[in-house]
Amino acid sequence: MLPLSPGLRHRLREGPPPPAPLAPPAPPRAPPAPPFAFAPRRLRLGRQHPLLEDGDVHRHLYLQGVLTGLADPADRPRVSEFSCHISGCCQVFDTLEGYEHHYNTLHRNVCSFCKRSFPSGHLLDIHILEWHDSFFQIMAEKQNMYKCLVEGCAEKFKSTKDRKDHLVTVHLYPNDFRFDRPKKVKSGPKHVSSRTKQGASMPIDVSMETSKQFQVDLMETGPSENMEIPQPAASPGPSVPEKRLYKSRIPSTICFGQGATRGFKGPRKKV
Amino acid sequence: ALRKARRQEQLVSKRLLREDITAEELGQDGAKVVLDPLSEEEVLELLRGVQRGSEDRKRSLSQLRWALQNKETQQKFVRLDGSIRTLIGLFTSSLADMQMEAARCLHELSHSSDPAVVEACLPVTSYLLTYLSGYSIEFTELCLYTLGNLVVESEAVRKQLLPQGITASPHEAVLEGLGYVLSQLLQAKEAPAEIIPLVLDSVLPQHMLRLVCSGLKAGTGAAVEFAWCLHYIICSHTANMALLSLGAVPALTSLLLDLASEMPQDASEGLELLVCPVLRCLSNLLAEETGCEGQIQDERLLIALFLILQCFLQQHPFIVQECLWLLNNLTADEPFFCSALLSLDLLPALLQLLPCSRMASVLVLTILCNIAEKGPAYCQQLHRQAGPPQLAADPEVVGQCFELLHLLFLHWPE
Repeated sequence: MLPLSPGLRHRLREGPPPPAPLAPPAPPRAPPAPPFAFAPRRLRLGRQHPLLEDGDVHRHLYLQGVLTGLADPADRPRVSEFSCHISGCCQVFDTLEGYEHHYNTLHRNVCSFCKRSFPSGHLLDIHILEWHDSFFQIMAEKQNMYKCLVEGCAEKFKSTKDRKDHLVTVHLYPNDFRFDRPKKVKSGPKHVSSRTKQGASMPIDVSMETSKQFQVDLMETGPSENMEIPQPAASPGPSVPEKRLYKSRIPSTICFGQGATRGFKGPRKKV
Repeated sequence: ALRKARRQEQLVSKRLLREDITAEELGQDGAKVVLDPLSEEEVLELLRGVQRGSEDRKRSLSQLRWALQNKETQQKFVRLDGSIRTLIGLFTSSLADMQMEAARCLHELSHSSDPAVVEACLPVTSYLLTYLSGYSIEFTELCLYTLGNLVVESEAVRKQLLPQGITASPHEAVLEGLGYVLSQLLQAKEAPAEIIPLVLDSVLPQHMLRLVCSGLKAGTGAAVEFAWCLHYIICSHTANMALLSLGAVPALTSLLLDLASEMPQDASEGLELLVCPVLRCLSNLLAEETGCEGQIQDERLLIALFLILQCFLQQHPFIVQECLWLLNNLTADEPFFCSALLSLDLLPALLQLLPCSRMASVLVLTILCNIAEKGPAYCQQLHRQAGPPQLAADPEVVGQCFELLHLLFLHWPE
């Protein structure tokens, strides 16, 4: 314990003190006479200075989760099962977080025209503009209409290719960024089933996806088909996986409206 | 060992968010902990299971995630053709639970320091960034901490970050994760030359300052991270004019006052993580040439410092040297704080800090020298309140004592 007078904390809470009477002025500073070398100076420390060592170690331990024990096992309250309220979607949840994530992934940034969902409102807006706005194509012939995908970058381009070049060279995006594929002129029926199965689990929706990226004969139900702004290049047999899915064992999370639904557990609690 | 690593500039901090998976989810028996590496075939098998659009996919993915806790398994996984691409595919799908699980797999991978694994994860960066403005807190947090881990290891990832822009939702937990990412970015070796100038050019600094200063009301998690960000910026000594002009000094001072007055008598959990970088920021800013102590001639700052010292002395003694550093910078040039120290009767408390550590002893004595150097009136007060300083065995401490004695005799021969 430090010997501090009891009234100190109280003084802290009062407003700033009235301007203090001038402190006795210091004598003009004479250079120190040897062997004494002291001169007061403000210390400026760089990141690796030894004085900061202990604090840095403490910070490190905190980040490693050591200090807080295991990082916060936030007890996700389990609620009684409830289902997604979006019509047509019958996913069931027993944690709010699970529901939240489902909703955000599938329903929040959804194009009302083609039912694709997007990771952000920004990308959704761009999609709607470029895919579903009838004036867009017309105007795009006359002026630069294709917006850069990076929020905060105001650049616009006359073609998707130009935009992509910009994304790659200026923003260092990968060449094959999933959320920037050019729309095919022929808007295929790829999304038909996604409409009918709106909100129902992806396996059907996403089975459409056989972009060039996935050369392998993956029954790729994972990837971002729904999320893409543009349409993927047509690939052989997109219908095949779809059929296969229907014919084969139906995944438990699929629902056909009135069909039996099976819930899935939302994301588990964080440890 | 940690101190040694830090001295060698090798203290690499990564965060790991890991959940429990119950055995039943894995479909395995009991509490079998899969920490041994899998064979190549087993990893391949899992990958295939994940690529197939079947009911087992979720389970394969969970098993994969579990297995990826192991370093060797990580290495084997990234060597498989199409593995990362598959994960990215699931990560960007609208299958919420797949997406989350894929994100967890990527998170495990991000914890690796194997260059091959890190390099394999490079394509993930853009996607991690794309999801930051989302509303799923847990998912966004996961993305952020994964990104932060990758930032530590890979210059290529760092290079992408700022040009691609970071748009994050303003939720507290997300901001904390974002602060973490930035704090890692700002510690990179190329930071002073390449990253900090970019950051300064943006609106980030004023947001950081704002978030730090609202830490008490809005929750300390984000404030802590951004305080460390500010510290890394400031101690690179390339940015300080900009921060001074943002009013950093009065803002941070005010924060310290608030922190000190909120502080309970016993140490408040985690608050030292905020106090520490704030102290450092102030100390370094005050050391700038422009002599801005005039901005904070408020003796309550001293009160705050000592209350902080009192609060953390037992549990977190490292705070002592951090506070004393600030005290030195306050008392070095301007007499204001020297006389405030005396008039507030804080000297006994200051002296109490002498035995804390060698560094503390030297700093305390330096501060006493700062005071003594101001002239006879100060020396007089010093002697009255402090008495003759005790000598200690350490040569540096003794040297400082002699300096002090010399000053006392110089100014106040009586």
